[in-house]
Amino acid sequence: MTSINDIRTKIKLEDTELLNTTSTNFPGNYPGYDDRLNLEEFKKKLQIQILNLNDTTTEFDIIGTDASITNAFRRILIAELPSMAIEKVHITENSSVLPDDVLAHRLGLIPLRADARLFVDKAPGDTRECEEDTLIFKLKVICKKNPKAIADGNDDPKNLYINSSVYTEHMEWIPIGNQATKYKVEDIGPVFNDILIVKLRPGQEIDLKLVCHKGIGRDHAKFSPVCTASYRLMPEIILKEPIYDQDAEELQKCFTQGVIELEDDKNGRRRAVVAKPRLDMCSREALRHPEFKDCIELNKIRDHFIFSIESAGAVPPDQLFIDAIKLLMSKCDRLLQEIDGNTNN
Amino acid sequence: MQSNDYIKLQVCPVDDSTSSKSTVGAANLSFIIRDEDHTLGNSLRYVIMKNPAVDFCGYTIPHPSESKINFRIQSKVNEDSTAVPALDIFRQGLVDLKQMCSIVLEKYEENVKNFKEMETN
Repeated sequence: MTSINDIRTKIKLEDTELLNTTSTNFPGNYPGYDDRLNLEEFKKKLQIQILNLNDTTTEFDIIGTDASITNAFRRILIAELPSMAIEKVHITENSSVLPDDVLAHRLGLIPLRADARLFVDKAPGDTRECEEDTLIFKLKVICKKNPKAIADGNDDPKNLYINSSVYTEHMEWIPIGNQATKYKVEDIGPVFNDILIVKLRPGQEIDLKLVCHKGIGRDHAKFSPVCTASYRLMPEIILKEPIYDQDAEELQKCFTQGVIELEDDKNGRRRAVVAKPRLDMCSREALRHPEFKDCIELNKIRDHFIFSIESAGAVPPDQLFIDAIKLLMSKCDRLLQEIDGNTNN
Repeated sequence: MQSNDYIKLQVCPVDDSTSSKSTVGAANLSFIIRDEDHTLGNSLRYVIMKNPAVDFCGYTIPHPSESKINFRIQSKVNEDSTAVPALDIFRQGLVDLKQMCSIVLEKYEENVKNFKEMETN
């Protein structure tokens, strides 16, 4: 019989279903509980623990928020934070094996190192290239036979031909207007220099002008600043009865490695102990074994989120999360402006 | 970008068959919020449901091809037949959501600063 506290705070994992998945802690649902929004209590209960943080990835725990708000942050990270990407490709010459549209599609997906916040959005039909909303790159590569090739039967194209593979390092930034003084050459360009764009052979050449705009992930996935952002809930494993020796080893195999450890008991037997529930991937394998089904309880804690963000390279992931929170606040501001403006009329 | 006279929030007229009530003091209101989806809809619904004066709060996306949400708030009628105006509840919900975000932002920035300091030591 699950207690009321368990219904309010945990999601129960059964073998065929999940129970209590929605948040029900609203005023009036439970007699004796005051569930109204209390911002001081929210501030006290909220905990953020950063596990790792570097230039590309971060993993941190948010404890105390609700799924709706955490999901809003995740959705904003994926779809609504702006970034710069190649939008139009002016093709003067493309004699490679890739058709124009395939080549242009590949170019659009290249992650660019440029702070989108310093650029302005472009109106849909506007084709002028202004310094505040556009970045221009040039990509001109001609493949030729290598006169100094070592003719010993070595078939490696890098040896036989010059520029047989076009990488992102061949992209050259062309500053327009005051961009040369505003940005440094190291700050603008593709994030990685070794992304293969297209392969060429002698006689083939590409001569392209790449025009980059600011956009959001909702328009096209190339504008998403994260490789992905995701969260999972903290698992909880409760062993209702002690499990020893052979059974304990079986139980250990049912969970991800490291979740269950065997401890030596005072009677000399080895007992199963939940060591790191955090590592568990919640496969519920243990519930498929009749001998363990009634001895264990699998739950997820509803307000403990293990958040993971991997940036595409342009902006560090902690800055992305800060921008996502600020964007949700600005959405609220926009609506508040409309309400206050309308009630004045 | 939206121009200044673009309406993001539209309050649906109160369909009261007795008289054309102004929407300002109405207890039950439906809103149409343009260019929004579950991101704002679900989080705003959660915050407004936490308000004890709310009888009903829900949102729906009428069609996934159109990016707009229908948001409904009905406030509880007290013994003396008064009720908190739905527009005030909506406004308070936005203010509360903004406050919650700023609390999360503050805690996160503090923790990032501490983490980076610990890393350099």
